[in-house]
Amino acid sequence: MLGIIGELLITAGVLVFLFLGWQLWLNDLIVGSDQNKAGVALAQGWGSPKPAPDAGAGDKDYGDPVVGTAPANATQFAVMYIPRFGADYSRSVSEGVGTKDVLDKNGIGHYPGTQMPGQVGNFAVAAHRTTHGAPFHQLATLQVGDRIYVQTQDGYYTYVFRGLEYVRPTGVGVLDPVPQSPGVAPTDRLMTMTSCNPMYSASERIIAYASLESWQPISAGAPEEILATVTAKG
Amino acid sequence: MYGALWRLMPGPLWLRIILFILFFVIVLGVLVVFVFPWLNTFVNVNDVTVGDQ
Repeated sequence: MLGIIGELLITAGVLVFLFLGWQLWLNDLIVGSDQNKAGVALAQGWGSPKPAPDAGAGDKDYGDPVVGTAPANATQFAVMYIPRFGADYSRSVSEGVGTKDVLDKNGIGHYPGTQMPGQVGNFAVAAHRTTHGAPFHQLATLQVGDRIYVQTQDGYYTYVFRGLEYVRPTGVGVLDPVPQSPGVAPTDRLMTMTSCNPMYSASERIIAYASLESWQPISAGAPEEILATVTAKG
Repeated sequence: MYGALWRLMPGPLWLRIILFILFFVIVLGVLVVFVFPWLNTFVNVNDVTVGDQ
């Protein structure tokens, strides 16, 4: 009798470890890979990543970025490429940051009411750090100068990572048009990425800031650094 | 419990080992495909947004 109870307890313990291993490692691998493929499929639906024949070569100034309008909640409207997170990283960005309908399913969510990619102000997004594909699992590995590419149906927006900040969960100041500066009129085009911190807790938030460096329309083709990622076969 | 399971297995030693392993692989499969995703809906560690929610 005691032997059976002992074996049951040990089995329960092993099950807990198996669940943790699945939730924090295996499932993120599987779901993350699915999200990458979904991102590439979405991006390729907007046009070929290869430049149009009349696009011209080399760096070209395409003027002010085209700014799109925010779609309905849970609609995927952009794809984010972060070479620092891997050559196959290509996660979709959806409107809204609801846990059940956006972050758990689609990946990265866009805070409603904040600006759009390329818009003067703050393009703020959030994503899981662990579980559900963990799009922002490696957020803390970003280094100054790393490029983050956001592609919409209008074109490719190249942001450059600037720095990290750690705030309390109530730190909504990071979503302001000029982060942490309420009431200040924005002049720069910024991006803010939020996730939870420390890694397996939600007691704080980790914030990554980036600023727009350049943009190009779809017809100009994908930026060279992500060309291989965008042309990958699903 | 596992002792009884072992004795229930038919055949010579090598067959029992294979069946035992097969049994656990199937249990693992059921866990990963059905049980763990269901459990996952109850465990919500992550709140990744800033705000009053």
